[in-house]
Amino acid sequence: MMAKGYLKEFTKGIVKENPVLCLVLGTCPTLAVTTSASNAIGMGVAATAVLVCSNAVISALRRFIPDKVRIPAYITIIAGFVTIVQMLVKAFAPAINDSLGIFLPLIVVNCIILGRAEMFAGKNPVIPSILDGLGMGVGFTAALLCMGIIRELLGSGSVFGAQILPFQILIFILPPGGFFVFGMLIMLANKLNTRAGRKVKTTPCDGCPMAANCSQKAEKCGEKEEAESC
Amino acid sequence: MMENKLYVSSSPHIRSNNSTRRIMLDVIIALAPTSVAACVIFGFRAAVLIAVCVATCVLLEFLARKVMKRESTVGDLSAVVTGLLLALNLPVDINPLIAMFGCLIAIVVVKQMFGGIGMNFVNPALAARIVLLVSFPSAMMHWVTVKGAPAKAVIDATTSATPLAAEKGTYSYVDLLIGRCGGSIGEVCAIALIIGGIYLVIRRVISPIIPCVYLATAGVMSLIFGLNPVFQVLAGGMLLGAIFMATDYTTSPVTNWGKVIYAAGCGLLTMLLRTYSNMPEGVSFSILLMNILVPLIERMTAPRTLGFVKKAKGEKK
Repeated sequence: MMAKGYLKEFTKGIVKENPVLCLVLGTCPTLAVTTSASNAIGMGVAATAVLVCSNAVISALRRFIPDKVRIPAYITIIAGFVTIVQMLVKAFAPAINDSLGIFLPLIVVNCIILGRAEMFAGKNPVIPSILDGLGMGVGFTAALLCMGIIRELLGSGSVFGAQILPFQILIFILPPGGFFVFGMLIMLANKLNTRAGRKVKTTPCDGCPMAANCSQKAEKCGEKEEAESC
Repeated sequence: MMENKLYVSSSPHIRSNNSTRRIMLDVIIALAPTSVAACVIFGFRAAVLIAVCVATCVLLEFLARKVMKRESTVGDLSAVVTGLLLALNLPVDINPLIAMFGCLIAIVVVKQMFGGIGMNFVNPALAARIVLLVSFPSAMMHWVTVKGAPAKAVIDATTSATPLAAEKGTYSYVDLLIGRCGGSIGEVCAIALIIGGIYLVIRRVISPIIPCVYLATAGVMSLIFGLNPVFQVLAGGMLLGAIFMATDYTTSPVTNWGKVIYAAGCGLLTMLLRTYSNMPEGVSFSILLMNILVPLIERMTAPRTLGFVKKAKGEKK
């Protein structure tokens, strides 16, 4: 029973509650850094590392953080880990640091990380929180990698820097192409999620993938369209 | 027996013979002089380009409807018009595969994904042109001029800038009118475009408001910027844009004042882009931007409902 529950916390972030494609969180780094597959991997791994560590610490400290100042406390913890990750990336992968630029320090305000802290780590024990962070991180990385491969292949004709196609459709590495690929992937994820005999959701909270963790579900269901928006 | 002679039906009782197919056929007829001029000026390759674009658009329209399990709309000829307009917006020596990619963007992404004819939020041919322009800038800006002997285009062609980017005085008005200048295959011959426009106005397919206001605004703006208004109107894609692109039914306002605002916005943006942006031409971007504003313009200029009295300000219900 316990093992099965843990597995669920891990796998839900990959397809069913994929942070980018289903919850539509963290779209800014998603659109900005996926111009190449290696950038996407770098961003995904950095964000996953921060997510797992911050989820663990926030979950461990959840009884000590006063409710009124929880957001500043979460941000401080996240910022600490982001600084560590940034220093590590600068030391061991300076090329990734150069190509990610400002988006590496901006992981601090990444909606996925704050969202998981608020929705999950703030109310659950340490081990499920770590698994949740890991699953969400893997889902984030996978979505970024898909986008990065598609955009790099069509926009630069290469994958991970290796030239494959003889032509380049530049628009795919420009912002409009990013939005286009993002839309197509969301469509695909919706298709995958509704295919397995799941009914089309009718009430606002049923349609919300965060409903399971939403604190306002009981009293506000029906009034609020979305549980959280960033 | 009286009641048998009365045919009872609900309104409307008077119908015109207009149909989508008839309108699209008129647009094709209006584009014929331009297409012929393109083939004469640029030679056989222009004909091939037009054929490739039209055939690809029709095929993609058919396949897209089939995949989406919807009724086929190939018969209304709108895909033919889109293909023709897209071809006329391309330089003559473009790779046919690039042109086919443009057709894919126009028909599948811009038109069918938003629900087919009448549902597209921007002009499909124009959106495809801009996607190609952004994706393949060198291929899309590679203009061929055939100054001198128009009939032997293939041999005498030389690469050059469009009149807008060329030095002042390179082209006379006559050059611009008959198409002895560089540019997309459909935009160079001003006379053919004007003939097509007059045909559309006479057939009442388009209202003259949009082209006239567009060109007038652009003329006034060029005077303000200290440019030659006649040259600015004739050169580049402005006539093609004003007559055939900006007047697309789906993406232009239905109200008369809306049309005026829309066309004036197109003219203003075109001249601003031509003067201040780093691209020589701004017609497609300006029309696309105004396309997106059409719902707002229509809301702003919606006519008053018959019998409805506008409340004075501050008056309560």
